[in-house]
Amino acid sequence: MIAQVWRWLVDGAHWQGGTGIAQRLLEHLEYSGMSVLIAAIIALPIGAFIGHAGRAKWIIAVANAFRAIPSLGLLFVVAMWFVSRLQGDAAYLVPTIIVLVILAMPPLLAGAYSGVSEVDPAARDAAYGMGMTHRQVLTRVELPCALPLIFSGLRSAALQVIATATIAASISVGGLGRYLIDGLANSDYTEMAGGAVLVAALALVVDGVLAALQRLVVPGGLRTARSARRRRRASAVTQASPTG
Amino acid sequence: MIRFEQVVKIYAGGQTAVDDLTFEAPTGQITVLVGPSGCGKTTSLRMINRMIEPTSGHISIDDEDVQSVNAARLRRGIGYVIQNAGLFPNKRVVDNVATVPILLGAPRSQARTRAREVLELVGLPGDFADRWPSQLSGGQQQRVGVARALAADPPVMLMDEPFSAVDPVVREQLQDEFLRLQRELGKTIVFVTHDIDEALKLGDQIAVMRVGGKLAQLADPAYLLAHPIDDFVAGFVGRDRGYRALTFAQTPALPLAAEPTVPLGTTPQEARAATRDGWLLVADHGRPVGWVEPEHITAAIEPAMLHRGGTVARATGPLRAALDAALSSPSRRGVITDDDGILLGTVRAHQVLEAIEATDRPEVDEADIAPAGPTSRADR
Repeated sequence: MIAQVWRWLVDGAHWQGGTGIAQRLLEHLEYSGMSVLIAAIIALPIGAFIGHAGRAKWIIAVANAFRAIPSLGLLFVVAMWFVSRLQGDAAYLVPTIIVLVILAMPPLLAGAYSGVSEVDPAARDAAYGMGMTHRQVLTRVELPCALPLIFSGLRSAALQVIATATIAASISVGGLGRYLIDGLANSDYTEMAGGAVLVAALALVVDGVLAALQRLVVPGGLRTARSARRRRRASAVTQASPTG
Repeated sequence: MIRFEQVVKIYAGGQTAVDDLTFEAPTGQITVLVGPSGCGKTTSLRMINRMIEPTSGHISIDDEDVQSVNAARLRRGIGYVIQNAGLFPNKRVVDNVATVPILLGAPRSQARTRAREVLELVGLPGDFADRWPSQLSGGQQQRVGVARALAADPPVMLMDEPFSAVDPVVREQLQDEFLRLQRELGKTIVFVTHDIDEALKLGDQIAVMRVGGKLAQLADPAYLLAHPIDDFVAGFVGRDRGYRALTFAQTPALPLAAEPTVPLGTTPQEARAATRDGWLLVADHGRPVGWVEPEHITAAIEPAMLHRGGTVARATGPLRAALDAALSSPSRRGVITDDDGILLGTVRAHQVLEAIEATDRPEVDEADIAPAGPTSRADR
C-alpha cells in the first residue's frame, strides 16, 4: 500500500498538466493563502483592539462558537445561496473562501486578543507613564509583545485552513481535495491516500515557513524570555526527580 | 516644587482613596509618601502625572496646574519608576532607556548615545545596553527602570516602591546609589513606599498617610522620630525611635584618644610590646583593619586572625555610627576615622553618650502640641 502510494506520488505524469499535482498544489495554496490573508486582515485588528481596550470580549466568545459549525455543511449552505447570484467559477470559489475565512478567524482573533491583553501590566503602565499615547502603546509595546501569540494563532489557522480546503473539491472547485473526492468516487484508494499525504506535507511545509518567519520577526527579548522559562522549568524538573 | 491643594480622589465605587490632601514637595528634595496599604499613597503619586485624575482639588508643578497640560506631554517631562521596573521585553536595554528621548523627537542614534550615558550613571556600563531585559536580574532591571526615567533629564521624578521587589541586600545597595545619584542630580522626587525605614533613610521630608487617604504628619525624618504627632504615627514609625534618631544627628567633636597601631605582619613579640591592654588595633597604611589579642597570637599578624566585629565610624558621620563603633568594639574603644578612612583615634561609649546628651533634639513645633489636624513641617 505504501509502495503504491509512493509510486503514485513520484509518477511524473501525475504532476503535469491542468489537473496535475503541481497545479492542484498551487490551487490549494491559493485558496488557503487568500482565506488566511482575508481572515487576518479582519481578525487581527479586532483582536488587538479588544485586547488593548479590554472591551467587547464577547466577540471572542462568539467567534469561538463558530468553531462548532461543521465546515462542510456551512459550505453547502453558502454555496447554495451564491450559486444563483454569481456566474462561473466565482459561484463556487467565493463560498469556499468564505467558509475558510470563518474557519480561520477564531484562532487569529484569540491569538491577537490574548497576545495583547497578556502584556505585562507593569510594562503597559510604564509605557503610559512615560507619555506614550494609546496608539504608541499599541504599536510600540503591545503588538510587538503579542507577536509570539499572534504567530501561534496564524499557524494554527493556516493548518486548519489547509486541511479543510480539501472540502472545496466537493463543490467542484480544484485543490488537493480533488484527489480525495475523485479517488473516493472511483474507489481509487491509492489516489486518495496520495492526496492525503500531499495535504499533510503541504501543511507541514507551510508551518515550517511560518515558523521561520516567526523567528525572523519576533524580537529576540521575547524569545529569550520564553526559552529562559523553559530552561528554568527543565531544571526544576531535573531537581525534583529523585536521584539514584 | 509640586503642590497638592485639597486633593480628593473618590473611586467609582464610592471609596475614598485620598481625602483633602494638601502639601508641598520642595524642589530638589526627596519627599516620601509612606503609610500602610490602602492609605492612598500610590493614588496620590499617580495623580501627579495624571495616570489617575483627582475628583477635586489641584496639583501643580512649579505653579503650573497639571490639568492644563496634555497628559501624554506632561508625562514625557516627568520621570516615572515603578515597582517591577516594567521594562519593555521586546526592546533591548538601550532602547528601553531611549524611550522618552525618542518620544520627545530625538533622533534614534542620539537617543541611544544618551541612553548609554545614563546606563553608566546607574552602574550598568558597556554591554548591558545590548542585553534584553529578560537577561537581567531584578536589581539590574530596577536600575534600568531608573535610567529610563532619567534619560530625558526630567526635573521631576515619581517613584512608586521602586526597590521593594528586590532582596534586602540589593535594596540597600540601590538605595545608597540612589542617594548618591540624587546628590549629583538634585531632582524633585516624590517617592512612595510602605517601608518606614526606607522612608527615613531616603526622605528629606516624609508624609505619613493613614488609611482613608489622610495626611497624618509631614516632617523631616529626625523630627518624625522625635515627635510623632499621634499614636498612629508613633506606631508606624516603630520602636527604637530614640536610637534611630541618632542616624540624623551629626557627630560633634568627640574627645578622641590616640590609639597605638601596628601593621600587618607584626610579630607576636612586637605586638605584645605595643599593647596597653588586651587588645591591639591593626592598621594598614593608616586605615584600621581589625583588632587582635597579642596574648593569643603565635605567628606574625595576618588578616585571617583579625577580629572583625567592631564597626568603624567617620568623625563627620551620624552619632549612631559613633555609638555603634564604641558598642561593637571588642576593646570597647570605638574606632573613628576621617572621610578617607584614615584612623583619627578611638572613643569610649560613655564619651559618645556625653556628646549625645549635649546634642540638641529637634524642638517640637508649637502647632504639634495641640494639633488641630494634619500638620505641616515642610517649612522647617
